[in-house]
Amino acid sequence: MDEKEQFGERQAARRSFLECLGATVAAGAAAVATGAVLPKETQAAASAAPAPAIPGYDWDKHQWAFGVDATKCIGCLRCVEACKVENDVAPDAHHFRTWVERYVQLEGEEKAQIDSQADPVNIEASGSEGKYRFANRYKDEKVDKAFFVPKLCNHCTHPACVQVCPTGATFKTEDGVVVIDHTYCIGCQYCVQACPYGARFFNEKLKVTDKCTWCYHRITKGLLPACVEVCPVGARVFGDRNDRQSAISQFIKNNRVEVLRPETGNAPNVFYVGIDKEVS
Amino acid sequence: MEPLFAAAPYTGYVYPNETVFPWGVLIVVYPYLTGLVAGAFTVSSLYQVFGLKQLRPVAHLALVTSLCCMIFVPSPLLLHLGHPERAFNAVFTPHWSSAMAMFGYFAGFYIILLVIETWFVFRPYMVQQAQARKDLLGRLYHVACLGSHDLSEKAMRFDQKCIFALAIIGIPGAHGLHGYVGFIFGSLKSREWWSSDLMPVIFLFSAIISGVALLIVLYVLSCALRRVAVDIPCLKGMGYTLWGFVMVTLLLEGVEFGAMMYKGREGIDMIVLFVTSRLVIPFFVLQFTIGAVMPILILSYMFWRGTTGRALVLGILISALLVMFNVIMMRFNVVIGGQEISKTGKGLLTFPWEIFGREGVLAATGVLIAPFILLLVVIRLLPPWEDTIHHEEKALA
Repeated sequence: MDEKEQFGERQAARRSFLECLGATVAAGAAAVATGAVLPKETQAAASAAPAPAIPGYDWDKHQWAFGVDATKCIGCLRCVEACKVENDVAPDAHHFRTWVERYVQLEGEEKAQIDSQADPVNIEASGSEGKYRFANRYKDEKVDKAFFVPKLCNHCTHPACVQVCPTGATFKTEDGVVVIDHTYCIGCQYCVQACPYGARFFNEKLKVTDKCTWCYHRITKGLLPACVEVCPVGARVFGDRNDRQSAISQFIKNNRVEVLRPETGNAPNVFYVGIDKEVS
Repeated sequence: MEPLFAAAPYTGYVYPNETVFPWGVLIVVYPYLTGLVAGAFTVSSLYQVFGLKQLRPVAHLALVTSLCCMIFVPSPLLLHLGHPERAFNAVFTPHWSSAMAMFGYFAGFYIILLVIETWFVFRPYMVQQAQARKDLLGRLYHVACLGSHDLSEKAMRFDQKCIFALAIIGIPGAHGLHGYVGFIFGSLKSREWWSSDLMPVIFLFSAIISGVALLIVLYVLSCALRRVAVDIPCLKGMGYTLWGFVMVTLLLEGVEFGAMMYKGREGIDMIVLFVTSRLVIPFFVLQFTIGAVMPILILSYMFWRGTTGRALVLGILISALLVMFNVIMMRFNVVIGGQEISKTGKGLLTFPWEIFGREGVLAATGVLIAPFILLLVVIRLLPPWEDTIHHEEKALA
């Protein structure tokens, strides 16, 4: 099938360790996609879709979730870099599957100063849009408090992006991941508008929308998402909520977690610890 | 080589992905065109269904205008899509929870309805032309009659019944098509500027005023070009219609804006900053004052003073042009303005204008002009003028 081959080619080109299994994963992903584009309600789409044909993987047995411990993040931005490389994301300052925000509360100021690695000052400091670092721009200021917040797609339980997709090209898998079938997306960008978190963007190369998939090609093989894998301080946590001993289950159990913009009703599945009132 | 995307400058904090605007000027043109369709059809229906006989001189022009605009409604969308060749995915495998998936059905249904109604309305003319002409065009009319050459009183009564029925079905059709465009924006909870239950209604009323205004402009222009006198009762009727609907539209927009400000939900600080800085010229000056208040004042003054003749024609024409400008500014302020306010509620973006390219201003202008070029051709083949078609109808009867 053409879809499978195309998808397989993209997968295989990413990393050498994916080469032998890329086609299999791609076949599975394409099968999921083909099943889920049938006209069904958001929820029904996932339950009725055929399971991906990934050896040794049963999507009914997993319920993936993500945790962010903002108190641990040091803003090194390795996660951003790893994501760009792993998922072939355009190396510019306008397309990110994940990014990191910096909140700096200066003494005497009411609101925090916020920037991300995409801020022109930070790009100037790194020397290129394809390199990521936070400039030491507050070194002469009196800082009351400061912290970093990694952001990514929230893989919501009721995703507004899936609701508005006119073709069903973007859908929620049975194991809780919101993905996009790049071979079926028409590129209308209604989902980009609908996402309240700014997690979606237009892939200029493929002419379709794009976003974080929690590295679906990795997690279905028992690997961690690239950003979690490279985080040197364990600020990013990933796992299966069906497994009570998994890192994410423990993270949610042992912390008072919160989600971003709960008022939207989207019910995000990225759980945060250590964020402040201004983070949304 | 043209860059793949234009990044928007911003102030404050915006999400990194927001610096590329998902929707540009083509998506401003799209609701404008559907609005003209719905508005022009309203004028046609006011005559066909609601019996506003004074609108008779423009009733058929309204119908063909609606048809010509409708034919080009999908074009801004197709130009915008990343994969236009997959556009039918949304029709063949629609995702029912998506408002946008309904477009193909609404548009398809409505184009068919307009074509059938136009056929019924112009059937007597086509029959007459098919009989009178012996050239290629005559043969074309002959084929277009689809073998239905009966112009007896019974047949004409049947035609009238069909036209009436189609016009009645067309009212919810046209307004549904446009109300749904408003729903596409109003139903999104990600943007405070769009997220309003009133959005579909506002879109609907602004559609009606843009259609009525367009008909006024086309009618006056056609009279000038054809060197016939403007039918004053007809024009005045449209003037009154315009005046009434502009008042309602203004009221609705005011209520929506007031409610948003009064509720003052999260992110309102940025909206207030946006409204009081960037939006002063396009919203308060261009859309509100010049586009809505001025035509209301002009029309009110003329109706109050009982102005007639050339002054009335000129006054209504200017008001109509201003209202058309009002509606395109409204579409711009909604579509582009909504995206200029960051989803973070902590920053503002500046729309990066693109002149050339698939989604540039030139392409959008082309899409906006194309229906009227088609209209020029259509009115030559199917003249919608009262002195031709009605005269012939009468003669044949």
